[in-house]
Amino acid sequence: MKRLSFGRYLLPVYAALAFLYLLTPIAYTFAFSFNDAGRSNLVWRGFTFTNWQNPCGAPAVCESVVNSLQIGVLATVISTVLGTMIAIALVRYRFRLRAGANLLLFLPMATPEVVLGAALLAQFLNLRVNPGFATIVIAHVMFCISFVVVTVKARVASLDPRLEEAAADLYASPRAAFWRVTFPLLLPGIAAAALLAFSLSFDDFIITNFNSGNTDTFPKFVYVSATRGIPAQANVMGSAMFLIALIIVVTGQVLAARRRRAAAT
Amino acid sequence: MTAALVVGHGTEVAGARRRSRTAWLLLAPGLLYLFVFFVAPVAVLLLTSLFERVPGGPVGATRPAFAVSNYVDAVVAYAPQFGRSFLYAFIATVLALAIGYPLAYVIGVRCRTRPLLQGVLLVLVIAPFFTSFILRTIAWKQILADDSVVVSVLKTVSLLPDDARLTATPVAVVAGLTYNFLPFMTLPVYASLERLDLRLVEAGGDLYATPISTFRHVTLPLTMPGIVSGSLLTFIPAAGDYVNSALLGNAGTSMVGNVIDSRFFRVVDYPTAAALSVILMAAVLLLVAWYVRRSGTEDLL
Amino acid sequence: MSGRDLELVSVTKRFGDFTAVDDLSLTMPSGSFFALLGPSGCGKTTMLRIIAGLESPSAGRVFIGGEDITATRAHQRPVNTVFQSYALFPHLDVIENVAFGLRRRREKHVVERAMAALDLVELRHLAGRKPAQLSGGQQQRVALARALVNNPAVLLLDEPLGALDLKLRRQMQVELKRIQNEVGLTFVHVTHDQEEAMTMADTVAVMNAGRIEQMGAPQELYDLPRTPFVANFLGRSNLLAGTVTDEHGGLLGVDVAGTRVQVPADRAVARSGAVLVGVRPEKVILLGADDPAPPGATALGPGTVADVSFAGVSTEYLVDVPGAGRMSVFAQNLTGLSATPGGTVRLAWSPQHAFALVDDGAPDDGTGEAVEAAELSEAAAP
Repeated sequence: MKRLSFGRYLLPVYAALAFLYLLTPIAYTFAFSFNDAGRSNLVWRGFTFTNWQNPCGAPAVCESVVNSLQIGVLATVISTVLGTMIAIALVRYRFRLRAGANLLLFLPMATPEVVLGAALLAQFLNLRVNPGFATIVIAHVMFCISFVVVTVKARVASLDPRLEEAAADLYASPRAAFWRVTFPLLLPGIAAAALLAFSLSFDDFIITNFNSGNTDTFPKFVYVSATRGIPAQANVMGSAMFLIALIIVVTGQVLAARRRRAAAT
Repeated sequence: MTAALVVGHGTEVAGARRRSRTAWLLLAPGLLYLFVFFVAPVAVLLLTSLFERVPGGPVGATRPAFAVSNYVDAVVAYAPQFGRSFLYAFIATVLALAIGYPLAYVIGVRCRTRPLLQGVLLVLVIAPFFTSFILRTIAWKQILADDSVVVSVLKTVSLLPDDARLTATPVAVVAGLTYNFLPFMTLPVYASLERLDLRLVEAGGDLYATPISTFRHVTLPLTMPGIVSGSLLTFIPAAGDYVNSALLGNAGTSMVGNVIDSRFFRVVDYPTAAALSVILMAAVLLLVAWYVRRSGTEDLL
Repeated sequence: MSGRDLELVSVTKRFGDFTAVDDLSLTMPSGSFFALLGPSGCGKTTMLRIIAGLESPSAGRVFIGGEDITATRAHQRPVNTVFQSYALFPHLDVIENVAFGLRRRREKHVVERAMAALDLVELRHLAGRKPAQLSGGQQQRVALARALVNNPAVLLLDEPLGALDLKLRRQMQVELKRIQNEVGLTFVHVTHDQEEAMTMADTVAVMNAGRIEQMGAPQELYDLPRTPFVANFLGRSNLLAGTVTDEHGGLLGVDVAGTRVQVPADRAVARSGAVLVGVRPEKVILLGADDPAPPGATALGPGTVADVSFAGVSTEYLVDVPGAGRMSVFAQNLTGLSATPGGTVRLAWSPQHAFALVDDGAPDDGTGEAVEAAELSEAAAP
């Protein structure tokens, strides 16, 4: 059956256009990080490296990035630990109220960020807690847990339970079996979950906005300066994050491909 | 053979039941956290939505009450915003499907023989996530600005009337929503397409179906789970978003999220803001409940 | 460096209202190669897991070397298992897999001992590879080395050869037997393959529905089965229903559909009442309708040949004998076909080859084929 050559190429062309669409704003952001702009980075004035050489030129930029990083690390650690424990329990054990637990974990992912942010703020206000660094961390952990559970759960499910039996058969106490067999095998999944949690936390705006008080995170800083004019250094930060993330993910892909090739020999 | 299956199952059950205490130890910290910082706040939100403002009192003061009228007032006053939120989210979802499905198809089906290419393309799909959400929305604002290259070209080619603009329009808001949530649609659809058994598509061809017919009767139904979850994952956050509307729209494009934000921070009207949030959440929960009814809770995560 | 006795006393295991192992007692002497043979679902794997400590029995006790280990947990028992799916740790290389048990017990000279174990299975050159880089046969040998290196009192093998192709399986059967002889450990081998059990084991226990039907040396079990299940699970048997009419000279006379058939009394489970007379197909010869029977032989027939199947080594004839049913005859192909479908033949065998059983109504009596077919399909489906 002769396929229409038109139909054959239509799809890839369409996909290529879609990729172009996806990457345009990123290219734009990257380009304008080299702009010799003053306060406001709206019009192209000239090419310069100074923004990259002096990323903390605009003071608030660095401060907000540092905040975001600190919050990200804290939220990642806490949510990864809590989420991993839940994921293991969900896959390996049977217990009543399973459906309830599944629902409870799903709801934060399904609830609009506006509602999550507003609800947390309402509660903090009622408890007379001032929104700030701590409340941001609390909020981030809350919505990251579910994503960690989803990611780790997939990995736990793919783990052969016979391996833990083999460990016990070979004189490993339950604790030894976990740390020497289960945990190393879960590590890729946990790492992926941690990366996901970190990126969700770093990039979060709406929930953070509701619960941050005076503390600035990077997205909040950018949003607030949108009216005044965003310093080019923010573009530098954004582009730098993009490149770092890209490198990490691509490295992961290449390593996985290499492992696949080694296993096939 | 059935006996063997039973034995196999029985082994699992017996072992698992013995350890359900450990299960609760593992679950308790995380679930407790969610209880305190998700369930309780939502409950507080519900309560706050029923409070009433103290007339003549300090800004933001409320007192406990059971003012269901808050809901009525909220719906009446902000019906346009609700309508807009759901409309924009709906259009964005449809557009995301139109763009994301073919994209997912190319990666998940056409590129199946080349896993490295698949990996790279998937990375490109999630790549937008690596920059800040705000930054890329602002980038669109500048790309579509009145004096930008894009707009000039469109005007020259007469696709755009001379005095029209792209920013500060509903079009820009919907475009922004589509862009920001495209990966949410593409990834679940990709997951479905990746698992698609191509032999079924071949069987369709073998049974005299044209490519379009095969798509309609074989591929589409089989990838429906991915489409449904992708649509939910796109529609729900889009309906609650307000950043796109704030950055790319104008006062006339405000969505529910914008109102909640302003009611919380500018007007300091907690009960109304809370009521709006509850209504939004209820609408979303209805959608989720319908989905759960269809597929059960195991597939949620 | 030798194994110890393994003793099971009234071990029962229930899952809900399903009884997987039913009041099972047996002793496996140290240093022997013991096979637990049975169809899927008969409880043999459950039995193994109870010995390993991965399941605890609902009732009964387990003793190793006279010591009651019923209450000890899996990681404290001097028992190691070679799993059906090998269960090699994918994140460790071969030498670390083999050394795993030694390291957990903080033994000395770990690497040397692990290497020695790899030598035993002739895989020293693969010590640095990861399990994913090994073939199925190699993985199986690593799993074996990993268990052996710990010198367990009892080594359990859970259908370890199931995933290998025929040629490799035969090779490994010989290997395992050699290693067991060399090392002198007590091996308990679980399998559904009766040929495997018979070639490798010193003692075979046939299990069915949670119970042991018969236990003994392979030849003993084959030559003199005690239940219809064993008669059809090990090889094939023709079972003829009849009633005992008399007994003298150490021979029982049984009336089978009007013909008088003789069975030695010491080869009969019951000496009166309704019995099933059994004779294996390869012990039956075909006679032409008018040929005389050999002196002293039991003769049955005439019957009609229903089917002839040429199987290379032998030819199987299915003969319908009125009153007795369908009999199966395996004839070695020494002289070419001796009968054709539709022909009339008589069947004869020596009474010394016959045995008498009682129909105990157990599942799967008389149709071992159905069980084997089920095994094959289950083995084929992953």
